[in-house]
Amino acid sequence: MIEVIPGDPASFMLGINAREDTLAALRSEMGLDQGLVVRYLDWVSGLLVGDFGNSWTYKTPVSELISDRIWVSLPLAIYALILSTLIAFPAGILAASRRGGTSDVTIMGATQLGVAIPNFWFAMILVLIFAINLRWFSAGGFSGWDNPLHGLKSLTLPATALALPQAAILARVMRSSLLDILAEDFIRTARAKGLTRRQALWRHAVQNALIPVLTIIGLQFSFLLAGGIIIEQIFFLPGLGRLIFQAISARDLIVVESVVMLLVFTVIMVNFVVDLTYAAVDPRLRNKA
Amino acid sequence: MSRGLAIGTFLTLVFVGLACLSFLWIPYDIETLEISNKLKIPNAQNWLGTDHFGRDIFSMIMMGARTSIAVALLAVGIGIIIGVPLGLFSAARQGSFLDELTMRGNDLIFAFPSLVIAILITAVFGASAVNAIIAIGIFNIPVFARLTRAAALPLWERDFVMSARVCGKSDARISIEHILPNITNLMIVQGTIQFSLGILAEASLSYIGLGAQPPTASWGRMLADAQTLVSIAPHTALVPGLAILLTVLGLNLMGDGLRDFFDPRIRVGRT
Repeated sequence: MIEVIPGDPASFMLGINAREDTLAALRSEMGLDQGLVVRYLDWVSGLLVGDFGNSWTYKTPVSELISDRIWVSLPLAIYALILSTLIAFPAGILAASRRGGTSDVTIMGATQLGVAIPNFWFAMILVLIFAINLRWFSAGGFSGWDNPLHGLKSLTLPATALALPQAAILARVMRSSLLDILAEDFIRTARAKGLTRRQALWRHAVQNALIPVLTIIGLQFSFLLAGGIIIEQIFFLPGLGRLIFQAISARDLIVVESVVMLLVFTVIMVNFVVDLTYAAVDPRLRNKA
Repeated sequence: MSRGLAIGTFLTLVFVGLACLSFLWIPYDIETLEISNKLKIPNAQNWLGTDHFGRDIFSMIMMGARTSIAVALLAVGIGIIIGVPLGLFSAARQGSFLDELTMRGNDLIFAFPSLVIAILITAVFGASAVNAIIAIGIFNIPVFARLTRAAALPLWERDFVMSARVCGKSDARISIEHILPNITNLMIVQGTIQFSLGILAEASLSYIGLGAQPPTASWGRMLADAQTLVSIAPHTALVPGLAILLTVLGLNLMGDGLRDFFDPRIRVGRT
């Protein structure tokens, strides 16, 4: 699909004053003079052996470009996922166990706000408060992993901006899933044999409520990885998001294709892993398989 | 009517109203730049202040509402016009080759991170409001196709479909006359949700410069312009962000409220 981008990469690289023969030479160097099908097969067969090809603008293997930047994007996504789970689980459980109470209403109101907040705007507000006014964090940039603590610190604001809207969704799913479980007969049985509400909740309900929550977590991971694209722009983080942006504007097709493929592949893998964890959570599924 | 539905409808009507009003009247022309009047905080002349070109932010919000609503509405339209017939067809011919094809096609679209593809589409075909609509609309298709199919399948087992079939009606006619009316409520609810997601997506795309192009006002672009000014003129960033927040909040509350309203069985306690 990307091959149809209007704009010739060769003429983009050489500028508007390039001579026709120079252009032709560069085109043949980049393999652009070969047919679409030939180039596509070349690229696919390369993928299978882990060779993404060479970037046209950076003149380095795409796999190198990606492996440099994945150490920003992946930790960012994981960091955000942990934050969102740490916020959402207690919030969802609290809301479900106090259903209809003040804390339930407050938490549900907060999640409505959380779902509606555009995360890039939230990121700007975070920068305004924590970087400009309080000066606790830097407003952008990444210090590298030489000092893991500094690296983590520079990812904190971006991860928070990514995590909060996701936490809102997750908390809602946690709550509704838990409410469904709490209405089940086995919870009534547990209560009848003398367990307190709290014991029934923790020993019997929470684990059973996890399946839909896990599904959402799996979906969110891919969203966090992709959603990082915009957040990386705001915080000037050298991750996959910035790479894909620069590649799109430089018509560096091979980089764009590779990053998109990588993201799609990760999404599919994560969802597969999530499917596997169902069995760990729900013993009934283990027997069926 | 529940409180959430009332608040949601009110917020939605305010922004739709502002967008409609902008066709008849706006406080100031947003294409006239008045640099001497730049970055004013909210005051009696400029209710929400002015931006870095001295444009009235309230007028920009009104014009931006128009862009947001138009893009999101058309994107939902694409999803419904293509997705619903696909879903109806799949349900009518469950298990057929075309059903499989449609559903696997949906899986394919779902596997791609929507934002990445939307960025790709707008980058490939150029940044414009039309391409933003297409990019967002494509991802609405599988949403509606799946929902339609899932809702229509159990209806095919019902007695009234059986009697329609006995009367000699074709599958297509049954789909339109008997299935469709029974899933309309569901579509309205999902449409509201997708509409709010569309507004967020449009804001994201225009924030990174891939949505509506200047001089067309859009909330995302206003935020992008405000990013570098946020320390000296916070209101330039706060106002468009709040506009997005309140609109999306309103639509979400309305969607939730409508779902409960249409289905009394889940009126209690669901998210």
